[in-house]
Amino acid sequence: MDVVIGQLPRYLEGFGTTLLLLGAAGLAALAAGTVLAAMRIGPIAALRAVSGAYTELARNTPLTLVLMFCAIVLPYLGIRLPYLLAAIVALALYTSPFVAEALRAGVNGVPVGQAEAARSLGLGFTQTLTLVILPQAFRMSVPPLVNVFIALTKNTSVAGGFFVIELFTVGKELANANGNAVVAVLLGVATFYLAITVPLGLLAGWIEQSWAVRR
Amino acid sequence: MSGPAVLFDAPGPRARALSRALSAVTIVLLAAGLCLAFLALNAPKESGGITLPGMFDASRWDIVWDPQLWSFVLGQGVLGTLRAALLAAALAVALGVLLALLRSASSPWLRLPTAVLIEFFRGMPVLLMMLFILLVFSTGQYWAVVSALAVYNGALIGEALRAGLRSLPRGQREAALSLGMRSLQSKLLVEFPQAFRQMLPVIVAQLVVLLKDTSLGYIVGYPELLRVTMNNLASFYGNRYLFPLWLVTLVLYLAINLALSWLARRLARHR
Repeated sequence: MDVVIGQLPRYLEGFGTTLLLLGAAGLAALAAGTVLAAMRIGPIAALRAVSGAYTELARNTPLTLVLMFCAIVLPYLGIRLPYLLAAIVALALYTSPFVAEALRAGVNGVPVGQAEAARSLGLGFTQTLTLVILPQAFRMSVPPLVNVFIALTKNTSVAGGFFVIELFTVGKELANANGNAVVAVLLGVATFYLAITVPLGLLAGWIEQSWAVRR
Repeated sequence: MSGPAVLFDAPGPRARALSRALSAVTIVLLAAGLCLAFLALNAPKESGGITLPGMFDASRWDIVWDPQLWSFVLGQGVLGTLRAALLAAALAVALGVLLALLRSASSPWLRLPTAVLIEFFRGMPVLLMMLFILLVFSTGQYWAVVSALAVYNGALIGEALRAGLRSLPRGQREAALSLGMRSLQSKLLVEFPQAFRQMLPVIVAQLVVLLKDTSLGYIVGYPELLRVTMNNLASFYGNRYLFPLWLVTLVLYLAINLALSWLARRLARHR
């Protein structure tokens, strides 16, 4: 316990990097995922195919492999990113298809009658989407989206294996330096992760109950 | 909504032409992008005064004819990945069943601690669990990977099964109880088989995640596919082969995972 309290500044430093990874990769994944989802439900066949193929490929590739590409293979190919940036890019690439799937599931969850009613009133594709479908889809997408971000929070720890000094790395180093207090050190790390994931989980549950579209 | 077709009109000739033109533009752009990437990778590289061959040069790919490479990749790497994934999957499903039963128990003394336990395991990174088991229980890398994956995915499968149990019509349980079954009998003989079948696609999808997560063994030092190719073989054959080895690893992971995902989709259809 003394180790955790004594090393609190290092914990907080690691926690800050974890939050930075979460925020930056989360925003990038949200933007890319929205584009992917829009391509997937839009009328242009080639865009649908491209988005579908990317989603399928990225969802079946381990994150460790993506991170390895960005942190180790890319520099060898001559593109040298700072490790923090490489980790953000890899996490965003890996997370964006999950965001897209959550959004698409929301759109698919809107009953077909809503779209039919909007179309029969003479609304076009854009109007149907922005005025009728998306407002309902958004509410249904938020809980799965929050779950995607919870997964992203946990996934930031993998960046610790690729030269980014975040919470997991701090835990590993402190555990190696304090062999007599490994349990306390690692439970300290776990507490920081839980401090992000548990409130997010509660938020998802709360939104699911209070925001649900009542029909 | 069933398909995208409701969102827009059946396209007329002009819209069809536009859509086709945009599709063509997309395909051209994509092909151009891939070509550029290929050319950039294929171009010889200057490095510290010496010229290195491009990434698709034959001298970088000659190792794929080496049978020793494949015996190592398949015999050590793929086998290591599958060995860890299969045992972890079996343990995770068993643990998931147990946790779902405990969490839907009628006694709060069983239910509440299980709920806390599940929330704890769900909120932790698997990698941290692997490190914890490795350092605290000194189990060796294999068991650290297997047990961390089993506990983490067991918690998630348990939650999926519980959702399946909850979504069953109440009449199922009432009918079982009115036939004279005990509560546990009704759970095991009537409700659980249905919940399990209903949640099978979710469970298989979780098992794909489990398989992908065995690659975390790379970080804790368990020799699975990623570690074998990118660490052992890359140092054995030299950095020259870094990119080809990465590509081989990617293709192998995709082959295994796509096969499993395909199975998940089939199961979802033939429920």
